[in-house]
Amino acid sequence: MQRVYLDNSATTRVNNDVVAAMLPYLTEDYGNASSTHQWGQRSRQAIEDSRRQVAKALNASPGEIIFVSGGTESDNLAIRGIAEAHSGRGRHLITSQFEHSAVVNTCNYLESQGWQVTWLPVYRDGVVRVEDLRAALTDQTVLVSIMHANNELGTIQPIEEIGRLVRERRAAGHGHLHFHTDAVQTVGKIPVDVQTLGVDLLSCSSHKFNGPKGIGALYVRRGVRLQKQLFGGHHERDLRSGTESVPHIVGLARALEIAVQNLPERMEHSRRLRDRLESELLTRIPYVTRNGDATRRVPHITNLNFDFVEGEGLQISLDLKGVAVSTGSACSSGATEPSHVLVAIGLDSDTGRGTLRFSFGADNCDEDVDYVISVLPVLVDKLRQLSPRARTIATTAVNK
Amino acid sequence: MYSSKVLAHLADPQNVGEVSAPTVRGESNNPVCGDRLTLTLRLDGGVIAEARFLVEGCPPSIAAGSVLTGMLIGISTADAGRLTPRQVTEALESLPRNKEHCAVLAIDALRMALRGLDSGVASDLRFNDKA
Repeated sequence: MQRVYLDNSATTRVNNDVVAAMLPYLTEDYGNASSTHQWGQRSRQAIEDSRRQVAKALNASPGEIIFVSGGTESDNLAIRGIAEAHSGRGRHLITSQFEHSAVVNTCNYLESQGWQVTWLPVYRDGVVRVEDLRAALTDQTVLVSIMHANNELGTIQPIEEIGRLVRERRAAGHGHLHFHTDAVQTVGKIPVDVQTLGVDLLSCSSHKFNGPKGIGALYVRRGVRLQKQLFGGHHERDLRSGTESVPHIVGLARALEIAVQNLPERMEHSRRLRDRLESELLTRIPYVTRNGDATRRVPHITNLNFDFVEGEGLQISLDLKGVAVSTGSACSSGATEPSHVLVAIGLDSDTGRGTLRFSFGADNCDEDVDYVISVLPVLVDKLRQLSPRARTIATTAVNK
Repeated sequence: MYSSKVLAHLADPQNVGEVSAPTVRGESNNPVCGDRLTLTLRLDGGVIAEARFLVEGCPPSIAAGSVLTGMLIGISTADAGRLTPRQVTEALESLPRNKEHCAVLAIDALRMALRGLDSGVASDLRFNDKA
């Protein structure tokens, strides 16, 4: 059976060159980077070389890159770190209703600890509005955290505009206001330049761009004060204690270096495959709609809703045909709950019931799209044959 | 996550559709999860001669409807009335704990159909499942 992996926003295959770059640091150069002997110093050198590579890819300075265990830790360190370091200046945070759970649950925690959190609305196009943010800012606001691109819809948020607004406020005397973006779905996928975006903190995760799991990074603009969350041996500028995982750090840096090489060509590759799949499915299958804005989105994601079918049924049916995608609704404990992202853009348990996310990567090809186009319409039709509602619609259509 | 039997029924559901001239019909609807299952039966001398189902739901709901119809064909209505959600689950090997309500959905449709038989009302029974 053909196997087609279209869940690259969940995770990606580690690039062979990345594996090759990591291996020596597992088998030969395994020294502790804090050690002063040559084993340790080779590890230290590898870490600092990696830091320079990551900084270059993001247009940052090496000293502004902190290595952490992944996107979740990066988000936690950014949000809790700012909130706790600046609580004396204010206890108000602003985020959006459709952030990744690493941001949502960190903000929930801070809310439970007495911080005030404003959850900005998201509209049907899957984009937050700068005007809403402007209206929500107060003198007590210490942090704005808005994701760069949404992980389910792929919609790109107005980060540059928000960055400008934050800088204006700071210039007007609101010096303790900070801006963080979760860029886990964009780093290595579209150009990400921390200077252009105007962010103070930016989170990324290696396994989203063909690097290993268990490693990520946080960009912290020089001069930004953070409260550390781990106490130990003062690693990573004392912001992230713990012996550095050199193979993972090297793997992240090499993966990012590869990802940003020929980025326009890579983006065009994903966009062409994504658009072709989307167009064919929208044409061939009735009652399919796209979720989120068609233009303001990353090139590798499409999120489609298939009326009259349940998302998990379709996702597992595709899996049985060798195709991996993800669904935005999950039935558990007797309740089908669309994801908080779908709810945020106005879908409910009925309209968001049959949602699938297709996400492309460097390994995908036209044959993958051909295969999905050949199997998916049949599967949708088969599930709709089971559906009392779909039969009613079909009967009505025939009788018209 | 799902047993091989659940996946087999999802890939190739049995007895899909509606019996053309049903003796009884039952419908169950889980208003919380949104799954809806319709069961139609044709009886022949107290024995279920034909059973078909329709469902809009997750893989276990599809599998439950499919496996239940297979269990029903050829047995008496009295035996059908004694079937339980547990038996449906066991016929599927297993269901994840948070999906056991799917077996309840199928059995509720069956019970509503059989209730129609007892009352002499043979169609359009509806029931909002409390599962």
